[in-house]
Order: sequence, then structure tokens, then C-alpha cells
Amino acid sequence: MSVTEIDKMAATALIDEEELRYARAQKREKIGKWVLPIIMLTLVIFAWDRVVVMNNIPHYILPRPGLVLETLIKDWPILWQSLLVTLKITLMALAVAVVGGVGLAVIFTQSRFLEMSFYPFAVILQVTPIVAIAPLIFIYIDNKIVALLTVAWIVAFFPILSNTTLGLNSVDHNLRDLYKIYGASRWQRLRYLQLPAALPYFLGGLRIAGGLSLIGAVVAEYVAGTGGMGSGLAFRILEASYRLNIPRMFAALLLIAGTGVSIFAVTSLLTHLLLRKWHESALKREG
Amino acid sequence: MTLPSAIPPLGERQKLLEMSGVDKVFNGDVVALKGMNLTVNQGDFISLLGPSGCGKSTALRLIAGLSRPTSGSIRWEGGQARGDLGVVFQEPTLMPWATVSQNVWLPFRLRGKGYREVRDEVLWALKMVGLEKFQNAYPRELSGGMKMRVSIARAMVTEPRLILMDEPFAALDEITRMKLNDDLLALREKIKCTVIFVTHSVYESVFLSDRIVVMAARPGRVSTELTVPTPYPRNEVFRTTPEYGALCRDTSDALHGAMHEHNEASA
Ligand SMILES: Nc1ncnc2c1ncn2[C@@H]1O[C@H](COP(=O)(O)OP(=O)(O)O)[C@@H](O)[C@H]1O
Ligand SMILES: [Mg+2]
Repeated sequence: MSVTEIDKMAATALIDEEELRYARAQKREKIGKWVLPIIMLTLVIFAWDRVVVMNNIPHYILPRPGLVLETLIKDWPILWQSLLVTLKITLMALAVAVVGGVGLAVIFTQSRFLEMSFYPFAVILQVTPIVAIAPLIFIYIDNKIVALLTVAWIVAFFPILSNTTLGLNSVDHNLRDLYKIYGASRWQRLRYLQLPAALPYFLGGLRIAGGLSLIGAVVAEYVAGTGGMGSGLAFRILEASYRLNIPRMFAALLLIAGTGVSIFAVTSLLTHLLLRKWHESALKREG
Repeated sequence: MTLPSAIPPLGERQKLLEMSGVDKVFNGDVVALKGMNLTVNQGDFISLLGPSGCGKSTALRLIAGLSRPTSGSIRWEGGQARGDLGVVFQEPTLMPWATVSQNVWLPFRLRGKGYREVRDEVLWALKMVGLEKFQNAYPRELSGGMKMRVSIARAMVTEPRLILMDEPFAALDEITRMKLNDDLLALREKIKCTVIFVTHSVYESVFLSDRIVVMAARPGRVSTELTVPTPYPRNEVFRTTPEYGALCRDTSDALHGAMHEHNEASA
């Protein structure tokens, strides 16, 4: 027997029964994570279809899944335009929420007095239901787009503000002392210490804000109603409901849900890419 | 690098820093430090040895300028310049989002120096602590002992006149700690730095230092000072000598004396 052969035997002998079981369990979990949701989703759609057919439910009450898909394709030109409108408001609101939330958080950590003075306003904006404020906003702001954006922003900016503030303030005390000893300026401390330390917190806020800005955009469209120039997905749903075009309502709903899932996926991916090198949350647990 | 050729023996060293009559009182009633006098000379390896709560960290923070004495003064010979001070805390205190070399670059970076400008110094410091191969690693990829080495490299990269270390190895296992003690002394031989080292380990203080300042608690104060005459370089052989044993015993007695003092005072 050659030396390498013995080595190989030793290597195979090193994987015992328990390790094998563990490896198999890991593999099952990995596959299950993708396969199970797909199977479940298929089953639910199938059941939906069966229920409609067996009970003879008319399509203007509950359409079959196939009809929803058909409508989605048939109405695609209209729905696509609406999707773009909703997406535009959502992303713009998210962008303004990021700039406003991070900006306010930075200002708050630079001055305790500003924080004490203005944080309550942020909380009030956050806890008051947006549907209650939105009609006022549409009265005071003439430009429909700006009004939509404002509503969506109010919903989305708070998680970014509060998370980033928390992150900026949660810098390790010894690191803070170290910066002081080395004579760091305020700006250096912010740039090299506080902002990187706040990044994981900010990204957590961003993931929540992504979903909220979509909710904000949809709510804003509802409040704006069908009277104006609105033509987003929520507007399409309202319009379709007046015409009892239930399949189109479902198709628009599908697009909204899809948008939400995509935003979540993109922000999750961003989090992973930015933190994978150093943050505990991005670590794969060993053993 | 312009390093002095050798550290002169105790008693022939130039004065670096003087604490005189330093008191520190917190909240108006916690006397953390009372009447502390300490003269630090260039090349000294001073251990501050004492039970916890005797004001060791407070003394270091005062020297580091992180807080001000309630009364008394701390004077640097020839004034204190930027980069005169390096600090190592009990935790490695590295920035997790920055690589090893970026962490070591920090003291320079905060002085507005680009990485290119000081790359040689950073790599030199990493080489000194034996981590030049890990310059692009992130802290989480390193063991506890390696993180501590990075922290030491960061403290010495500016070739400071004084390095403060606050129980740097207390959280490490015995084997790693001894290795780091050996390496710290080897490092000191090379760069001839002045060190104030806080510890509550008698063995560590005897092995490392040439001056041991024994402190007592409530109120925090200097109880006595011992010198360790054994010349450097010291290595693991020193740990097995009868001389080392005797010195440890003396130091231990002094420490017990200091703790006893406190018992009498509070009784
Ligand atoms: N910032 C502070 N505020 C109030 N009390 C403090 C503060 N820092 C230290 N002390 C007190 O001063 C005493 C000495 O603390 P410290 O210097 O940390 O001791 P050591 O490092 O020797 O364990 C302790 O009684 C501690 O509770
Ligand atoms: Mg301490």
C-alpha cells in the first residue's frame, strides 16, 4: 500500500456515522429551504383552482388562478405602466427616507439638544396612522407626485432614523477612547468609526423601510383616489373594483406582492454583500 | 527608524513623565485615586499591580488624557506631542469592518496620512508582532491572541514615547499569555519603548517589569514600589530560576501587605 492510499483511508475513517448523519441533515435542510415553499405554493394554487371549479364560483367573485394569469398577460400594457408609477413613488420615497433618516440620525448624534428637540416630532409622525394624515397632505400639497412621495416617506423614514441613531450611538467605548487619544476630529470619528459601526443597524432599518415605502405608496394612492391623475397599481385595483373586474384586481395585487418580495430580496442581498466580510450576522455558523 | 541603542540601567534614565499628588474623585464621593506620585523614565517597564478597584485603570486614563485629575498634576517632559502615546486595552478593540493593516494604520490615518505614505511602518509593526501574513485578514478571522497582537502593533506603529497597557492579556488562556509575555519583552528589546502595564498577576508583573508599583484600594493609592533587578533579555528560562521564585514571593507579600493595609483601614 502506498502512503497516499493510507492517507486516503485515514481520511475516510475520519468521517464517522454522526458526521455523516449531520452532513445528510444539512443537505436536506438546504434543499428543503427552496423546495418546500414551492411545493406548498403550488398546492395552495391548485386547491384554489379546485375550490373555484367544484363550487362553481363565478369569476366576478373569485377567478381561477389561470384567469388571473391570463388577465395579467392581456392587461399587461396597462398594468406595466401602473407598476412603473408605483415603483417610481416607492423607490423615490425610499431614497428620500434613506437620505432624510440617515441625515437626521447624524445630526441627532452631533447634538443632543437637537435630538431632544426634534425626536418627539419623528415619533409623533411615526405613531399617527398615515391614512389619518394623508388626506390633509393631499389638501395642502397640490402636486400629486410630491404629495404621494411625502406620504410614502413619512411611513418609511422612521425605521431608518431610529436604527441608524441606535447604530451611531452603539460604538464600542474603548474604540471611542482610542479615537480620542489619537486626537480624532468629529468628522473623522463620524466617518471612520460611527458610520461603519452603524451600517448593520442602518441595513436592518433599510429592509423594513423598503417594505414600508411600498405600503406608503399604495396607501397614498388609495387616499388620492381615482379622481386625480393617479395611475399606479392601487389606483388600478380601485378602478377595477368599481367595474367589478375581479381578475384584474388579482393581477394588480400579484404585481404589488411581487414588488414587495423583490424589494425585500434586493435589500437582503445588499445587506449580505456589505456585511459578509466582517459582521457576525453574515457568518455561517460552523458545527 | 531612530531607536536608542540600549536602555540604560534603572537610575540612569531620563525622566519622561511625572505624576505628582494626583487625586481622582468620581461623583464627589468615590475616591478612585489618592495622592499618587509616579515618575516614569524613558525605558522603564512599570507594572501597576493591585486588586481590582484600586484605581489602576483610573491612573492609566489620567495619563492618557481621557480624564483630568481632580487635583495634582501630570507633566510630560518636553510636552506631549501627537503620537507620543500608544494604548492597549483589555479587549483587542479592533474595528471589525477594517482589515488588520487598516486597523494598524488608524493612528496615522487620524493624523491625515494616507496608507501609501505609511505602508512601510504598518508592515514593520505587523512584522514585529509576527502577523505580516495576516495584513488583509479581518479581525473575526483571528484568534484572541492574534487580535491582541494586532492591538499591540497598532499601539507601537507610531513609535510612541509611552505605551499604556491595561490588563491586555487578562482574558487570554495561560499558554497564549506566556507566549505574548515573551514576545512583548522581545519587542521591547527591539524598539526600546517605555511601558506602563496594568495587571493583577504577580507572576506577570515580575516577569515583565523592572519596576513594580503595588497599589491598594479604598482609597486607590500607591502602597509600595519594588524593583526587579534581573537584567533583560529575559526569556522562559527566567521563569524557572530560583531568583524568579523569590521575586514572586516578595511581590506577593507586598501585595498582601497592601490588601491588609486596606483591611486595617476599613476595620
Ligand atoms: N467613571 C467612573 N465613575 C465612577 N466611579 C468610577 C469610575 N471609574 C472608576 N470608578 C471607581 O473608581 C475605583 C477604581 O476603579 P478602576 O480604576 O477601574 O480600578 P482598577 O482598574 O484598579 O480595577 C472603583 O471603585 C471604581 O468603581
Ligand atoms: Mg481596570
